Formats: sequence, C-alpha cells, structure tokens
Amino acid sequence: MTAVEPPLALLAELTHRCPLRCPYCSNPLELSRASAELDTASWKRVLGEAAALGVLQVHFSGGEPLVRRDLAELVRHATEVGLYGNLITSGIHLDAGRLAGLVEAGLEHVQLSFQDADTASGDRIAGLAGSQEAKRRAASLVREAGLPLTVNAVVHRQNLDRLGEIIELAVALDADRLEVAHVQYYGWALRNRAALLPRRDQLDAATATVEAARARLAGILVIDYVLPDYYAHRPKACMGGWGRRFLNVTPAGKVLPCHAAETLTGLEFPTVEEASLSEIWYRSPAFERFRGTDWMPEPCRSCERREIDWGGCRCQAFALTGDAARTDPACALSPDHGLLVGVRADADEAAPDFIYRQHSAGSRRSPQLVSSPA
Amino acid sequence: MTGEARQSFDGDAVLRFAPHVKFRFDEMRQAWIVLAPERVLLPDEQAVEILQLIDGERTVDSVIDELVRRYDAPRDVIAGDVVKMLQDLVDKKVLRR
Repeated sequence: MTAVEPPLALLAELTHRCPLRCPYCSNPLELSRASAELDTASWKRVLGEAAALGVLQVHFSGGEPLVRRDLAELVRHATEVGLYGNLITSGIHLDAGRLAGLVEAGLEHVQLSFQDADTASGDRIAGLAGSQEAKRRAASLVREAGLPLTVNAVVHRQNLDRLGEIIELAVALDADRLEVAHVQYYGWALRNRAALLPRRDQLDAATATVEAARARLAGILVIDYVLPDYYAHRPKACMGGWGRRFLNVTPAGKVLPCHAAETLTGLEFPTVEEASLSEIWYRSPAFERFRGTDWMPEPCRSCERREIDWGGCRCQAFALTGDAARTDPACALSPDHGLLVGVRADADEAAPDFIYRQHSAGSRRSPQLVSSPA
Repeated sequence: MTGEARQSFDGDAVLRFAPHVKFRFDEMRQAWIVLAPERVLLPDEQAVEILQLIDGERTVDSVIDELVRRYDAPRDVIAGDVVKMLQDLVDKKVLRR
C-alpha cells in the first residue's frame, strides 16, 4: 500500500444542537447533549493538532455551530494556526454583530443551507416557521460582509421539482457556488427514506435542469451536483476514500473518517482525549480498517476503478447489507445492487409524513438496517 | 443583487486571485497549494509556474510572453494552454479580473 498522506480537511462538528429539525439530518440518531460537548480549550488543542498533522481547511459545522458562544474564539484560533476556516450554518441566529466578529477572527467562507426555494415548503422541511426568511437575511449579511457564499441545498422527492427555482434563488442571493446534495440514506434519512427518495422522472428532469443552468451560468454560479447513489451505476469515492482526505471530530470528541461512521457497528473510534489526531490518523485500527485497497472484497479487489471510487461508501454498504466490508450496493457490479432496485420502486408510492429529528428519538425505535427487495 | 455577467478576458486583462483565495507554499507537503472555499487545489509544476506569474500586475499577454521566453516554445501553443487554464480558474471563481 502506498504511504498514508496527511488529511486535507477537518470537519469540526462543534455541537448537535440545532434550531432546525430536518428529517434527513446527517447527525446520528443518538444526538449528543450540550453537557457532553468538548470545551473551548479542547477544541483549540484539536485545531492545533489538525494543523500540525497537515490539515489545510477546517469546516465548522454541527448541528448549528452558531449556538456555540465560543465560535469566534475557535475561528480565531484556527486562523492563528494556519487553517482556512469555513462556516457551515443554517443561518438562523446569524446577525451582523456575530458575523463581524467571525470575519474579524479570520473566517474565509460561509456555506448556508436552504431547504427549498419555496418559503412554506422550506419552513416545513426545516421544521421551523420563519426559517426561510432568516436564511435570506443571513445570505445578504454574508455578502455585505464580503465573504464568498455557498448555498447548500439538500434535494429529495419533496423539493427536487423546484431545483430550477433553487438555482435562481442562489443567483439572486449572489452566491458563488451552489452545492446540490442528494440525500444520503443512513441515520435520520434512512428512517425517512420513503418520504425522501425521488422518482426516476424527477431525477432526470433535475439533471437536465442542472446541465442547462451550468451552461447558462458559467462564471456566475458554480454548481456542484452529483447523481444520487440510489440511481447510480458506479459508487462515489465517499470522502475521497476512507482515511485518505478527511477526518471528522464529533461534539463529544470522537474522531471519525466520515460524519456518518458512527452508524457502523464493530469499530472503536478513539476520542481526542485518548490520543492525538496524528496518532489516530496514522495508527488507529478504525482508520486503518477500510483505508486503501487491501480490505476490499471482489468485485472491488480486481476492479480497475478501485483507486477511483475506493469501493464507495462504507456506511451505505452497512445500512443496506448489514456488512460495512461489502462493495457499496450503488455499484452495478455489486451482488447487492438489487437491493436498490427494490427500494427505488418505493418512490412511486405515496410519501409518508416526516419523522423530524429530535433528541432521544433514536432510542425509541431502532433504524431499519437491512432492506430487502420488494 | 444578482450575479455579475461571466468574466471573460483579453490579453491585456490583469488577473488576480479572488478575495479569500490563497496561493501558498505548504511546508509539510513541500508543494504549492491553492486554498479556496471548501476546495484545495494541488497544481502541478506547470500550473504553479503560471500561477506564480499571476501577481495582480502582469497582463495575461505578459504572462504568456514570460513563459515563451522561458520555454522557447511556439507562442500559440503556450497561449492556448495558459488561456484555457486561466479561463477555467476564472469560471471556478479562483481568479478574477
């Protein structure tokens, strides 16, 4: 195996607290309480260790990072140790004073989430009245402060038909980039899959919309868009490969190769209290487990794309087959690809109500981990 | 507030790195890197040489002239490569006029 390179980016999940209740939240079903969160000094140490390890960018995320009163202090520390700071926010609670403090601390960029282009629908998906208006205000504050703005839109069955309007919204907000992210189905989203999975015809129309907009808006708006796994033929290189580019620190200090890795059972993820980021990156069994190609089963092992997609997403393989070491079922060569074909048929049924994310909901009902073909 | 029109450029345009884009040498990797919003570019040796000439003073034409002088290569070949790369970076909002 080739030498392990240092990571490029750290996703710092400062908290699981959030004013929104999106039914596809990427936080785990068991949300951390405020009392379990790392304190300011610990986060500063983590940021220093990240820079020393070779990390170049830090994404301050959550939950909603603005609920942490020490956010500006952490941004300043990141700047001081040489990290490029991005803020990933819902925009709720962002005001001019707060933003000025962050800019002064060296923040470089804001990624702002939108749940839809339509106000009523956006508020319904976010589970918070008034959220769409607050987001619009946050977007203008960011641009007035001179920071680059990325609009992040998670898309699914209940907003995909308005992708054209979402693109227009991003242009109207003077965003530099629009990230169109299809829902990934583990955790909360897996629980809500029947309400979220788009139909094939919706997806085809959306893809055509993106292609036309990209041509029309070249140099005005950069649009990042990737086909969703459930309709894919080949898997994505999830996180650029396990333990290759990214690491994630959870609110309670667990160090993960991706933000969803806690859905995997049978792996012990070390905490920042137990070891340095460097020790964890280079030597922990959890990061070694799916790094490179040695762990791969067939058909990955002999596949010419093994160092392109790195076997796809471990969390998706686990969510669908119960075994994280299998080929991602998104790959048409996977023996489990039929699982997705069965699930896709569900998209033609009526959408059930959302199960909104909330604290402790995770312990009441366990997620469905294995899906069988319909 | 709406997006500005696409930025294209002529030979006499002066390009610079967009605000909040950083081109710097990374000691650990011993390589030049570009840091942009949620994006890290790892330019190869040729791209680094072009980017080092983007200093906010040189025009696109003078960047090309300098590379022609260094490589003793036909100007149209170099100009084609340089303009293609620069337009791509302008479209990605890494560079701007």
